[in-house]
Amino acid sequence: MAKVAVVGAGMTKFVRRAQETGPELSWQAAKMALDSAGLTLKDVDAVVIGSAPDAFDGVHMKGEYLAEGAGAWRKPCIRGFVGGGTGVFSPIQGWYHVASGQFDTVLVVCEEKMSSCHPHPQGAFITIFDHITERPLGPNLLWIFALEMNRYMTVHGITKEEIALVAVKNKKNALDHPCSQLGAELTVQDILDSEVLAWPVNRLDVSPASDGAAAIVMCAEHVAKRVSDKPVWVEGVGWHLDTAYWTNRDLYYPRYVEYAARMAYEMAGIKEPRKEIHIVEPYDPFDYKELHHLEGLLLCDRGQAARLTADGVTQRDGDLPVCPSGGLLGVGNPIAAAGLMKVCELFWQLRGEAGKRQVPGTPRRGLAQAWGDLMQVGTVVILGR
Amino acid sequence: MPERVAIVGVGYSDIRSITPGLSYKEMMYEAAVRAYEDAGVNPRKDVDSFISVSEDFWEGTSIFDEYIPDQLGAALRPVHTVSGDGIHGLACAAMLIHTGRARVVVVEGHSKHSDMRTPAHIHNFAYDPIYHRPLGAHPHHLAGLEMTRFLFESGNTREHCALVVKKNMANALLNPRAVYGARVSLRDVLEAPPTFSPLGELDIARPADGGFVMVLAGESVAGDLAGDPIWIAGYGWCTETPAIDSRLWGEAIYAQLAAKQAYRMAGITDPFRELDFAEVDDSFSYKELEHLEALGICRHGEAGGWLEDGLTLPGGDFPVNVSGGSLGGGHLLEATGLHRVHEVVLQLRGQAGENQLPDVERGLAQSWRNLPTTTGCVVILERA
Amino acid sequence: MTVKIKEWPGTALSSRDIEEGRVLTVRHKLRAEYEWDAGVAIGRYLRELKNGRLIARRCGGCERTLLPPRMFCEECFTPTSEWVYVGATGTVNTFSICYVRWDVVRLKEPLLPAVITVDGASPGMGILHLLGEVRPDDIRVGMRVQAVWKSPDEREGAITDIKYWKPIQGG
Repeated sequence: MAKVAVVGAGMTKFVRRAQETGPELSWQAAKMALDSAGLTLKDVDAVVIGSAPDAFDGVHMKGEYLAEGAGAWRKPCIRGFVGGGTGVFSPIQGWYHVASGQFDTVLVVCEEKMSSCHPHPQGAFITIFDHITERPLGPNLLWIFALEMNRYMTVHGITKEEIALVAVKNKKNALDHPCSQLGAELTVQDILDSEVLAWPVNRLDVSPASDGAAAIVMCAEHVAKRVSDKPVWVEGVGWHLDTAYWTNRDLYYPRYVEYAARMAYEMAGIKEPRKEIHIVEPYDPFDYKELHHLEGLLLCDRGQAARLTADGVTQRDGDLPVCPSGGLLGVGNPIAAAGLMKVCELFWQLRGEAGKRQVPGTPRRGLAQAWGDLMQVGTVVILGR
Repeated sequence: MPERVAIVGVGYSDIRSITPGLSYKEMMYEAAVRAYEDAGVNPRKDVDSFISVSEDFWEGTSIFDEYIPDQLGAALRPVHTVSGDGIHGLACAAMLIHTGRARVVVVEGHSKHSDMRTPAHIHNFAYDPIYHRPLGAHPHHLAGLEMTRFLFESGNTREHCALVVKKNMANALLNPRAVYGARVSLRDVLEAPPTFSPLGELDIARPADGGFVMVLAGESVAGDLAGDPIWIAGYGWCTETPAIDSRLWGEAIYAQLAAKQAYRMAGITDPFRELDFAEVDDSFSYKELEHLEALGICRHGEAGGWLEDGLTLPGGDFPVNVSGGSLGGGHLLEATGLHRVHEVVLQLRGQAGENQLPDVERGLAQSWRNLPTTTGCVVILERA
Repeated sequence: MTVKIKEWPGTALSSRDIEEGRVLTVRHKLRAEYEWDAGVAIGRYLRELKNGRLIARRCGGCERTLLPPRMFCEECFTPTSEWVYVGATGTVNTFSICYVRWDVVRLKEPLLPAVITVDGASPGMGILHLLGEVRPDDIRVGMRVQAVWKSPDEREGAITDIKYWKPIQGG
């Protein structure tokens, strides 16, 4: 199988409301990724676009709208879409473009401009529920997280205090990220005292709505060796989508994440992920999700992720740094762009270029994961140097 | 050299102008069952990956991929959607197989157009929100603009466009899968009420409901499956530009470049001689002519004359849209590309019934993502 | 690389930028209306709701009783085989106490969404619905509940024909 490298990465600041349009944000991230690889648009053979629901930007067929900003003018351009999992799926799609032998250099661009949706970006989520059996109940996105979080807490006997530690850690990590929207020094009490949105979810348990874009350049081995002295390699990819009948599943455990992870581990030849993965960027739109996902990724036993967090293992200088970027909770959550931001972070961390966020000991292998839909999809990318 | 890929199974759910009895899930299930039966695969065991093509606003559901897996037998399996045309999906499936990490991949696309009560408003939502949408025109007006410029530059005529309608609707009469077959005269088309002049009412393909599922397999396993394999010799896709003000209005660059990629892969240098027939996008009558020229099957400005001379009729040297196309068979939103591919596969298998062309070995299917896009795909399929 | 970048792209706007008209915006209200065909399985489900009953489908392959009903089993990928009425009682699998509406407007009285596993359907077969006639603090995972229906003349063949689910006394 052909080897595929990441040779460049770029991103915009994540902000509550950006002056730039979606195509402009896409262009800024794409340009930065190309510049960082010393490449231009002429070197790009194909473009992959990632963006979550069209309802955010308020444009139907959003991939077409973003195409030019993403550098796709007169090029093969495809938009893959797996809801919140998209940001980590797009590099998987970029991977198969290159690994198929059809393209040498592919630009992967993820964008979200959630602020366009009025009266509130949350409103776009009402239409993710089943149009006949669920929407008439007036659901909102917080419900599914609250229902899942409650189930997770109940089954394992985990407390809100233990979960809040994740928000504290990630928001603090984000203080070191130049693009972060919500970096902050907070205490567990601050999280618990923030207003209750949908018990057990409080406002500070949740990542913000954001505008932003991120991009990477992926290429074949022969190109990578020519253009980069520090390519980072795609070692494994995996994705799985569970049944849409989410109320028929036990939400305490994300088995679709486990299946996606197993697919990626198998490809990467990883037998003992807890020893062989050195840095993790799991999807953390809500604080409990980081714990939930660490378990699904088989990086700790079921119900044990909270303990790992309490013991400091997941701190930037811990044994298994988790979300050293600051994650979605701290950097911000322009959905697809946030997922790709995690892959950018691995790229910078593995190259020792993460600045103040650099984890000690120059990690050799990292994993990024995203999640989405009706608690249903897991997407996993493993990068190594 | 990546492994060759074949379409080893096809299935469709009956194409109708409306389908009130079935939900889109039940429709997809119908197509999937037929495709798996055709290929002789069990989706719960034999399929490595699933791809569905869809757009949220066509469905009325955000994050539509949520609702894909169950009716395809794809629950808790690698599934993703492509917000694009069916041939985009086909290309992704082929690439996945080329990587060597998947052997059997399923592609699905459907239209449940009749679920939309305000399709023009929804379609208009695809236009640029700042520059274009505030003008408030019906989304089809762009086709009127494009048709004017295309006819002006190419020298094809309004009558040539009417001939496309006449041909495709007549072809559809022989195709049991086509919904809008009719015997129409040139005058019927020319005298139909103008909509976005020079575009008339009959020049616009009417929407329909229906869907397709296709099973793709790499060469190493295709022989073991039940389905009669049709090989993918080449594929390509391209987006020109979303910008209305700077695109080329007179020719379909996206189709040119997509074809270039597909021909290079298939080793085709003279498409007219090396292909036997084509199913091309005819969402609007003039598009068939524009696309034929962009695909290099004939030269710029020749397509209308070819039709006049009967070259693209079923008995001609290079039959085009023998199935009836979208004008005769209904427009199926993102499934339109798979609609074209399905007809090519049936022809190459010799299963096209009354529309069957004699001795066809290799055909081309082409799609366009409709207004306001300049995105299109090409796939070349062959018997051996 | 990230340390070398002095100025990261992206320009944050404040709400004052908008209020004071320092940046321009374009507004559009989409008229998107759909009339989804419910299909065979959910069509019958809705008709039975109108009758004040919950109905499921049974799969002959895995022998699960599936709720909401479907004409095919996603596990076996075969057609389901028979209609089965299930009870209008069940167990709270998980719940939330929600103080905001879909557009994040604050609610005075919280909504009480829950996943309720329904008696008579296979274990774990739950549906999303609302709880009522209960103090939020009293809700527990595992609590037994029963459906509270609208009156027959108010029912229209919708999931909202059940007003909510209330605790079963002594349940």
